[in-house]
Amino acid sequence: MTFKGGVEAVRGISLDVAPGEIVGFLGPNGAGKSTTMRMLATLLRPTSGTATVAGHDLLSDPSGVRRGIGYVGQGTSVAPFTPIGEELVLQAQLAARLGLDEARARVRELMALLDLEGLEHRIGASLSGGQQRRVDLAFGLLHKPSLLILDEPSTGLDPASRAALWEHVKGLGITVLLSTHYLEEADALCDRLYLIDKGVVTASGTPAELKAGRTLDEFYLEATR
Amino acid sequence: MIRDTGVLLRHYLRQVFKQKYGLVITAAQPLFFLVLFGPLFTRIGSWEVLVPGLIIQLGLMSAGMAGFGIVVDKRFGVLDRLRATRTSRLALLLGRVLSNAAVLLVQATALIAVGYALGLRAPVVGVLLGLAMVIVLGISLASLSYAAALSVPKSLFPSLASTVVVPLMLLSGAFLPMSMAPDWLYALSRANPFTYSVDAMRELFAGHFLTPTVAVGVAVTAAFTAVSLLVGTRIFGRANA
Ligand SMILES: Nc1ncnc2c1ncn2[C@@H]1O[C@H](COP(=O)(O)OP(=O)(O)O)[C@@H](O)[C@H]1O
Ligand SMILES: [Mg+2]
Repeated sequence: MTFKGGVEAVRGISLDVAPGEIVGFLGPNGAGKSTTMRMLATLLRPTSGTATVAGHDLLSDPSGVRRGIGYVGQGTSVAPFTPIGEELVLQAQLAARLGLDEARARVRELMALLDLEGLEHRIGASLSGGQQRRVDLAFGLLHKPSLLILDEPSTGLDPASRAALWEHVKGLGITVLLSTHYLEEADALCDRLYLIDKGVVTASGTPAELKAGRTLDEFYLEATR
Repeated sequence: MIRDTGVLLRHYLRQVFKQKYGLVITAAQPLFFLVLFGPLFTRIGSWEVLVPGLIIQLGLMSAGMAGFGIVVDKRFGVLDRLRATRTSRLALLLGRVLSNAAVLLVQATALIAVGYALGLRAPVVGVLLGLAMVIVLGISLASLSYAAALSVPKSLFPSLASTVVVPLMLLSGAFLPMSMAPDWLYALSRANPFTYSVDAMRELFAGHFLTPTVAVGVAVTAAFTAVSLLVGTRIFGRANA
């Protein structure tokens, strides 16, 4: 993927994620993690290459891809000045094609699941970072996607909020592709990892394989040197 | 597509009408012109000439600035969140654009009502046809505004939009009829699509419905709207917008 102006952000990343797996992207800032995820979420058209996402061809059937995935981008997507309840219902009506009553029911269900009860009248800007991130997760889950793409879901959260978020992600039981800077998160949460640097995959495997007797920190520092 | 457009339209309208002062503030400038400039203008012209011009001014101020909203949505990741759903790109654009057109309709109606209080004497049919034109103008102005907001650096959009609006407004003959202008200025004004909308609306307000000016105004406005919507959807659907 080359941006206008000539930045080649991603060059030939090849990856596969099996149903039910939690797969993690590791890599320094600017490695190309977000660019890859945005391409997989149909938000960015790759300059070359192909992919099948949630059973649909990325290039010829972007609409099918959008039905099958939930995308939670880097940084929050919570509208700052609208009550989150309204925003969630809108998202449910659009992403899941639910009628108003069903949409409201689905929103209540997810808010309960993600410990967001009682916050529906609060505007986005008034929520804590951890609450915002759980609302983001709810946005991505409203239409029951088969694949959830999470770009740095826990960056900037305090340890307790981060741990809560991990528990929620682990409990989903769906396929997840996430990126993270927290090595202990990658270790605890992911079945498999891809290490990305300067737009290419430089290592991949299960956390245990990558560590090979070292800590994940040691591996990471060595691999990105 | 139509259903999603409706869902989005309702969402945006609820937001707008919750912030009533915002509605009033964008309509304030044309209202000032109506109340504080109108009595002066009508010494040489008529309310039927002034009010259509002020409606164009209102359109440029209200729908023309619609792009601000999307700058915020893009900045906060809201736009990407919606674009990652199955919703058609056209619905994503139309939902917003129609809400801007609806707001403009409410503001223009208020403007005309105040105009009546001050002495405007336009036939009801003419006013209704004029309002229909306002909706169409609102749609095209808002589409262009979104296209511009997504195309230029976000820090540039506010100053760019408020600057571009001024020549468009002056060249449309909104304040004084362009028949009074020197040749070069007149020629320039003919390149501005809003000139034709103002001219047509003035005829409609004067009670002349089936004239060449009205026909040309309707045709230019319709063509302009078609192009604006096309540009809008292209840019809205563009992969990296
Ligand atoms: N819209 C863009 N235009 C130009 N370059 C970009 C754009 N978005 C990202 N990049 C560049 O692409 C590279 C990869 O960025 P990104 O995918 O965000 O990395 P990561 O998510 O791994 O931190 C970086 O060098 C970044 O500066
Ligand atoms: Mg990133």
